[in-house]
Amino acid sequence: MNLDSERPILEMRAIAKNFPGVRALSNVDFDLRHGEIHALLGENGAGKSTLIKILGGVYAPDGGEIHLESETVAIDSPVTATRLGIAIIHQDLNIIPGLTVADNILLGQHPVSRSGFINENRMYARAQDMLQELGLHLSPQTRVGTLSTAARQLVLIGQALSRAPRVLVMDEPTSALGDADIEYLFGVIKRLAEKGVAVIYISHKLDEIFELSTRVTVLRDGKVIGTRMTNETTREELIKMMVGRELKEMYPKRQVTIGETILEVRDLLPEAAPAPVSFSLHKGEILGMFGLLGSGRTRLVSGLFGATPASGQILVDGREVKIHQPLDARRAGLGYLPTERKTEGLVLPLSVQGNLMLANMPSHARLSWMQDQAMAKASDRWIEALRIVCTGRNQTTRNLSGGNQQKVVLGRWLEAQSKILILNSPTQGIDVGAKVEIYNLMGQLCAEGKGVIFVSSELPELLGIADRILVMCDGRFTGEFARAQATQEKLMHAAIGEAVPD
Amino acid sequence: MLAEQAATGERLRRLFGKNSPMGGSLTLIITLVIMIVVFTAMSPYFLQVENLLNIARSIAIIGIVAVGETIVLISGGIDMSIAAVMALGGLAATAVIRAGQPFYVAFAAALAAGALVGFINGGIVTRLHINPLITTLAIGQIVRGLAYVGTGGYTLTVALRGYTDLGRGRLFGLIPYPVILLAVTYVVAHIWLNRNIGGRYVYSIGGNALACRLAGLDVDRWRIVFYMLGGIFAAFGGYVLSSLVGASMGNAALGVELDVISGVVLGGASLAGGEGTIIGTLLGVLVLGTLTNGLIMLNVSSFWQMVARGSVLLIAVLLDAWRSGGYR
Repeated sequence: MNLDSERPILEMRAIAKNFPGVRALSNVDFDLRHGEIHALLGENGAGKSTLIKILGGVYAPDGGEIHLESETVAIDSPVTATRLGIAIIHQDLNIIPGLTVADNILLGQHPVSRSGFINENRMYARAQDMLQELGLHLSPQTRVGTLSTAARQLVLIGQALSRAPRVLVMDEPTSALGDADIEYLFGVIKRLAEKGVAVIYISHKLDEIFELSTRVTVLRDGKVIGTRMTNETTREELIKMMVGRELKEMYPKRQVTIGETILEVRDLLPEAAPAPVSFSLHKGEILGMFGLLGSGRTRLVSGLFGATPASGQILVDGREVKIHQPLDARRAGLGYLPTERKTEGLVLPLSVQGNLMLANMPSHARLSWMQDQAMAKASDRWIEALRIVCTGRNQTTRNLSGGNQQKVVLGRWLEAQSKILILNSPTQGIDVGAKVEIYNLMGQLCAEGKGVIFVSSELPELLGIADRILVMCDGRFTGEFARAQATQEKLMHAAIGEAVPD
Repeated sequence: MLAEQAATGERLRRLFGKNSPMGGSLTLIITLVIMIVVFTAMSPYFLQVENLLNIARSIAIIGIVAVGETIVLISGGIDMSIAAVMALGGLAATAVIRAGQPFYVAFAAALAAGALVGFINGGIVTRLHINPLITTLAIGQIVRGLAYVGTGGYTLTVALRGYTDLGRGRLFGLIPYPVILLAVTYVVAHIWLNRNIGGRYVYSIGGNALACRLAGLDVDRWRIVFYMLGGIFAAFGGYVLSSLVGASMGNAALGVELDVISGVVLGGASLAGGEGTIIGTLLGVLVLGTLTNGLIMLNVSSFWQMVARGSVLLIAVLLDAWRSGGYR
């Protein structure tokens, strides 16, 4: 530890920000030291993103001051932020797939020769240096569109680093990554911190925060609840700070007897999959599916639902059904909650009601004319049953928090009376409180005799809630565990395709 | 300072922004009122009943066609073939009349022709996954060419009273029939878009087609239906036009698709889909019609009228960008 690490590079003092009707931030103090990894934790809507957007010059604060290296600065635009050495890597990957790795890394600062053309040799050389620093074995000439999500994430870090930042902000960088890629990314972040870059790391995942950060600041309702040294705090304390209440039962126990087979899948071969797979699902069962990024889980379930082409035999309640498109799957009693709730799940400009009713409109219509009252009643019922927090059924889903958006998509399938629910990473990117509610809902569905396929890349929740877990690796099932036998180690072994220890 | 500016902008946006109850309509109503005041001050003839009815009649045909384009735009598509379909609809109607059939058969023939072109448009866009702009441009050219072939380059006149009455007649000797058709069309379309499942799907599919497909909707089939409606309303407009003129021509309604799309976009329909209203479209068409009429009253040359119409459209698009939160 050198002295530098105790001196703050960035101080935000009494930051306030109001939006119409919402106090997004009030009196927020935040400081960041040289070479530290400072985690920012809080439920969705706690104010993390607003704080970061103020730091990045996207929003102007309504009050407060920002000091950088003890100097007061006014960050009035993203350009100013970049000039001041603040680099922000946003959650959605802002990358240009059609350009090469080098183009993306050196975006806006291509080396230019005297004749005014881009000096390609120097560009590739500089990009190569950057890639080496990141430990990334990639050609700078590769087109970014052909890279995996993890590699794109690293290219974005490279882009941020090429501007020699003093402060690096990462907003949930691992939400789209598998466990192995996360390890790799963490190595890179730690090395950067050792070189003196101050990192603000935003995440919902406590594991990551404990592995990575030196300090952690918890935000709730736009206020700072507290800052702790990471090695002096506990999960329980952080969760308590986040939600303001004890979460005794993160994974609620269910007493459900598992019934007869509701779904049987025989030799399902999704397009571009290496091998056919077979499995079955029972009434009242939560069937977990675990696998790392690229293991083929999404390809499997979207093939099962007819969203992508697949061949094979599917039996629902013992009767064969032909599923060529999602329409057929819906009619067969299947419901699918996709990973990307904003682009695949919801019609964002539509209201809560519009989204809830989307898959079941004809049953609330007479001769194709909508029965408004019946629809409103049904919507209100789901809003209450699923505890969807909104101003009413007419609020657009764009303004809902992630957890509530997810509940709307789930509600759509309950409204459509699906018997088999395929949930693809339903808790990804939503806060702890909302996660618990989703787990509870899954339990309720089982109690009603529905079957749930629960795809996830987070081990604790799978171990906590699934009755049975199938592990995928390279498009094949490499392990099947009852809840009682499953451990993190066994699942991970199966997921990376190694023999499972006893 | 910055914070104050941002707060003022936020307040303005709350009053006039997309999520306010006034929506985009308020700016249009204000524009309309300003235009009426200015034109009334500059020309004594502007605010007379006869002239107002003139405006209404001049926008009736474009207004009817704009209903179909509104549906297609909100659903996330675009139809550039509507002007050609108008010519085709007129041709189909006059051909049937000249073959000795009554006017309602002619009407049915026109709508059927429009529906067929819409079916082809929608089929190509959904099944072959071709960009709708290119598809409908190409189909529009083909249809326009066929209309020239069908008329042989001549003007096919019709003098049947029952036929021309629709375009030229007036109810109680006062209100032109096309204006009544316009009103009925808008009431029906408004109710359909807001109360019918099909109308709901227009907004849903335009808002996010992928999510709709994953919700188990037959997105492709519905999009074909929307393009067919686009064709049907275009042919309907073409029918009224030919009955007004008393003839069909290969070059009927040439270039009208730009006026129609201008009106629809001015009315607040999003080119990205998912947003727009029938009332907005009516106001958009009304603003353009009033502008043209007022400029004619003021003896502004048709060249400068084009400049003015283009400017209004540009301002509308800029306003739209600002309302939805900036130009980024």
